[in-house]
Amino acid sequence: MSSDLGKKTEIQVKDLNLWYGDNHALHDVSINIPKNSVTALIGPSGCGKSTFLRCLNRMNDLIPSCRIEGDVHIDGENIYSKNIDVVDLRKRVGMVFQKPNPFPMSIYDNVSYGPKIHGAKKSDLDGIVEDALKSGALWKEVSDRLQSSALDLSGGQQQRLCIARTLAVKPEVILFDEPCSALDPLSTSKIEDLILELKKDYTIVIVTHNMQQAARVSDHTAFFLVGDMVEFGKTEQIFESPQEKSTEDYITGRFG
Amino acid sequence: MINRNLKEKGIESLLFFSAVIAVVALFLLCIFLFSDGIILFKHISVTSFITDTKWFPTAEPVHFGLLPLLLGSIIVTTGAVIFSVPLGIAAAIYISELADPKIANIVKPVTEILAGIPSVVYGFFGLVVLVPFLQKSLGLPTGQTALTGSIMLGIMALPTIISISEDAINSVPRSLKEGSLALGSTKWQTIYKVTVPAALSGISAAVMLGIGRAIGETMTVMMVTGNSAVIPGFPSGLFAPVRTMTATIALEMGEVPQGSDHFHALFAIGSVLFITTFIINIIANYIKRRYRFSL
Repeated sequence: MSSDLGKKTEIQVKDLNLWYGDNHALHDVSINIPKNSVTALIGPSGCGKSTFLRCLNRMNDLIPSCRIEGDVHIDGENIYSKNIDVVDLRKRVGMVFQKPNPFPMSIYDNVSYGPKIHGAKKSDLDGIVEDALKSGALWKEVSDRLQSSALDLSGGQQQRLCIARTLAVKPEVILFDEPCSALDPLSTSKIEDLILELKKDYTIVIVTHNMQQAARVSDHTAFFLVGDMVEFGKTEQIFESPQEKSTEDYITGRFG
Repeated sequence: MINRNLKEKGIESLLFFSAVIAVVALFLLCIFLFSDGIILFKHISVTSFITDTKWFPTAEPVHFGLLPLLLGSIIVTTGAVIFSVPLGIAAAIYISELADPKIANIVKPVTEILAGIPSVVYGFFGLVVLVPFLQKSLGLPTGQTALTGSIMLGIMALPTIISISEDAINSVPRSLKEGSLALGSTKWQTIYKVTVPAALSGISAAVMLGIGRAIGETMTVMMVTGNSAVIPGFPSGLFAPVRTMTATIALEMGEVPQGSDHFHALFAIGSVLFITTFIINIIANYIKRRYRFSL
């Protein structure tokens, strides 16, 4: 399946299994996510798509009952091997969450937070913050009030701030966990444009509930159902001629 | 129908009455305290009350100087704060962010039991254990010192500080911590750059309540600080006996002739104490509101 994807593979997942306590939440998931493209993960609630996403930056490590088996290679490196530094991994694999979660600080401090903890020089911060906000399509709206609280921004602006904050760390991969589910249509379309812009420089994986969104922004789509990855392929193919009955049923709205 | 409305009204007014009792009590307390306190200033000027360095209420000539008592309260409370605030916040961070849930479930209730111990028991412990220990280990003429009071008050303020700070830290949304971790920060960076700042208003409220508890505490201080009304030096005063405002009122109120200047002077001290705690509360609220990035 991966050979016809055409681009270099960035993330290679092989036989990934995950348990929350006794609950087997992901079954033998294997997938090759290509570089510099957008891959959408779709499926009904509880299908494991967010859980899968959180395996890619080891966010599931925070859940004590969670157990993971299998391999996840990012840029050729197994991120579950013993000598991997999780802090370093998360610097390379950024994440934007479902609900905008800006820190209760100024806009500037939100964006400079990441670079600062990774040891950026103070004199470079202004430039980094400006670049990140520009790439996050927020600069024009906030350039005159960088010192005001990030919590005063609208929901859509907050989410773009969170994207800018992630970009400021200069990751290779960005994971989006339903980034628009808490936003209005206008803010959603801004974020979608932004994602299309960002794929030139980053590998993007996005979990979404919204099938139109998957169709609009993604190059490849994976369909998840109760812990199995049912089907993976080019987005047109998944939406126009799905190979599996359950994919077709989900896409045509018969369940989910 | 009418009957039911009447019942509703009755319950409502009963609840209203209960809520109002606290307000009325505070109001009456104010009047009672200030009206008796203010009489002192018919005979003694406000300036001399505030600036007189001696408290000799029964000597001839009498001196009603607030200063040694006020400084006594301040030195004991400051010591308690220096001791208990860092310790309390550190413990709260540990319980809420770092401890194994099993350990946290033991430590937290235990610190809360500390809050339920009567102050006289603390005083007794201080007198029997801490006083001789400090006297011996520091080679002091007496172990009943400001430092002893500070340590005891610090221990007594700990449960308040730990419990309220822990609640504040605990209520920082998980999404904020995840956001920080997802940017590649370590657990500790997340704690001190995101979690604690986000909980700061709750933590400052905890600190203020701890200070309030320390400054108003009477029995323990009276038992362990030696109660000598002299202006404490700094830092040497830490190792000498002091007398706080609260201890003065408790010690002398029983003996004082009703309506005498001495009687009114004690009320004046009570008023100062009241105003002090009132100001601390206002500061606590101010910090809470001023912290504009709070959640």
